[in-house]
Amino acid sequence: MTGEQTLQGVPEVDMALHRARIEEAERRMHRSGWRRHLPQRGHLVLLPLSIIMVLPFVWMLLTSFMTDTEINSIPPSLWPHHLYTGGYSTVLASSDFPYWFLNSLIVAGAAVLAQLVLCSLAGYAFARIQFRGSSVMLILLLATALIPFQLTVIPTFVIFHDIGLINTLGALIVPQLTSALGIYLMYSFFQSFPRELEEAGRIDGCSRLQVFWKVVLPLAKPALAALGIITFIYAWNDLFWPLIAITSSRTFTVQVGLTTFQGEHITHWSQIMAGTTLTTLPVLLVFLFGQRRFIQAITGAVKG
Amino acid sequence: MATTIDGATIDEATIARDANRRIRRSNNFAGWAFAGPSVFIVLGLSFIPMIWAGYLSLTDSNLVSAGHFIGLANYAALAKDPLLRQAFTNTFLLAVMYLPIGLAAGLGVAILLNQKIKLIGFYRTCFLVPFVASAAAEGLLFGFIFDPNFGIVNAGLQAVGLPRQGFLQDPSQALAVLAIVYFWTQFGFNIVIYLAALQDIPQEVLEAAKIDGAGRWSRFWHVTVPTVRPVTIFLLVWGLIDVFQFFDLVYTTTRGGPLNSTLTLVYYIWELAFNFFTAGYGAAVAYVLFFTSLIVTVAALAYGRRRRVTL
Repeated sequence: MTGEQTLQGVPEVDMALHRARIEEAERRMHRSGWRRHLPQRGHLVLLPLSIIMVLPFVWMLLTSFMTDTEINSIPPSLWPHHLYTGGYSTVLASSDFPYWFLNSLIVAGAAVLAQLVLCSLAGYAFARIQFRGSSVMLILLLATALIPFQLTVIPTFVIFHDIGLINTLGALIVPQLTSALGIYLMYSFFQSFPRELEEAGRIDGCSRLQVFWKVVLPLAKPALAALGIITFIYAWNDLFWPLIAITSSRTFTVQVGLTTFQGEHITHWSQIMAGTTLTTLPVLLVFLFGQRRFIQAITGAVKG
Repeated sequence: MATTIDGATIDEATIARDANRRIRRSNNFAGWAFAGPSVFIVLGLSFIPMIWAGYLSLTDSNLVSAGHFIGLANYAALAKDPLLRQAFTNTFLLAVMYLPIGLAAGLGVAILLNQKIKLIGFYRTCFLVPFVASAAAEGLLFGFIFDPNFGIVNAGLQAVGLPRQGFLQDPSQALAVLAIVYFWTQFGFNIVIYLAALQDIPQEVLEAAKIDGAGRWSRFWHVTVPTVRPVTIFLLVWGLIDVFQFFDLVYTTTRGGPLNSTLTLVYYIWELAFNFFTAGYGAAVAYVLFFTSLIVTVAALAYGRRRRVTL
């Protein structure tokens, strides 16, 4: 059947006009001929903008290899004259930075491990198991997103102080063992998970835990990767709670440690920039390697 | 219907009921065993401290000792607290400076990225890096970049013959500089969220509008903007909540100064509770913050829902 037949009664002139419009629109959409090889106009905005976005980090990296004399000269030099590593060696040798880095790794690592286990277990239970109180608990969990940490921080400090956790890494790990956001991420993943696989496992005589461990988790790797990445980034970057919960230098995390550079080394920008570079590096690497999963996680949480 | 096996009469309905009950019991057990630890930790670390903070706000606790019950005295005091008013004003100004531009620019860049543009992966990475790096490191970095004496921005201004500025050390500029830095940290997030929403608009809708003769602007206003409105509401609520919790950048740059020009609500709460040890008063301020952000969130969501219905 041709177009003319399906549109019987429509005057021929209109059809011609209609077709001309379609052609015009198509021509505009697919640039033809030599114009195809010109860069798209969007780049004129996007390229400078994206450079501005990363420029501060480039400047951070460059100055971390400059001497303080180079940095403090007016006008400042834009490029290290030779690769000066004194900033790094001072930070690593004469501050507690190595402790801070290790502490942050321990806290973030423990948070990732715990959330992978606890959030996926809870998310699975809410998505798949009909148990008493599940819907009320899920609503309560999601409602906690409305409670800002600044409201609960004072009593949390008092509680942790009373049980002797303040000034230990435990104080930083316990609040990160699980999270409402992580549970929600896993919950929405498991909701779209094919039921048949689990049922096959159940018929084969596996217990619920075995089905979860052997059938479900191996297939949940994309969601687990996303959860692991955002948990690491969040735990690594946290400043507010570690600042309150930790008072002795060797138990600081990198973020808290960095802030102590402010007063002490106020003119030693070379050291400060070396410290911020080392602090930013791990989280940047995790982001670059897991970027796709990271974007899925943050956009998924919004759409869900 | 009853069957007789080895002389015992078994009611099939009873069997079915027992089986059901057993399944339900096993479900209850499994569900709580799986979800229990998480539920216990999350609810325990949010609702209990929340109620406790409510009680603390009625005392003169100094963080280490429980303090005495003083009724609503803290709330009466905060109504007349000039610093709290300053913190509210500063937080509000941050939201006004950042949110409209942050959302509009995010949508703009997302539209550019959505045009089957090359290098999209490269651009997305660049825009997201500031969102991923820690606010503490970024605060220090921008303290350096905007340093009045040795900062690269002032060097640049001087090079083109403009006067040097005080930036974070100037009470009339510090908050605006923080708003710019904050915009830079959140830009990538707004872009990525908008881009995901744009990719969900069926291409046919835009093409149909195009064929009907809709120009670039009218397609933008009448197709794109209404379609992404739920995402705009989300980003608005998210942005408001985030601005209400503004702390890291202030702590690592200005510490509320100069002359309290960058004192934000959370920085003030932190100071009250953990610097001045007026934990009871700090808890009262925290409750005011909580109710304000709750009201704003609910209002924005209600507005979003109404607009979607009338569309």
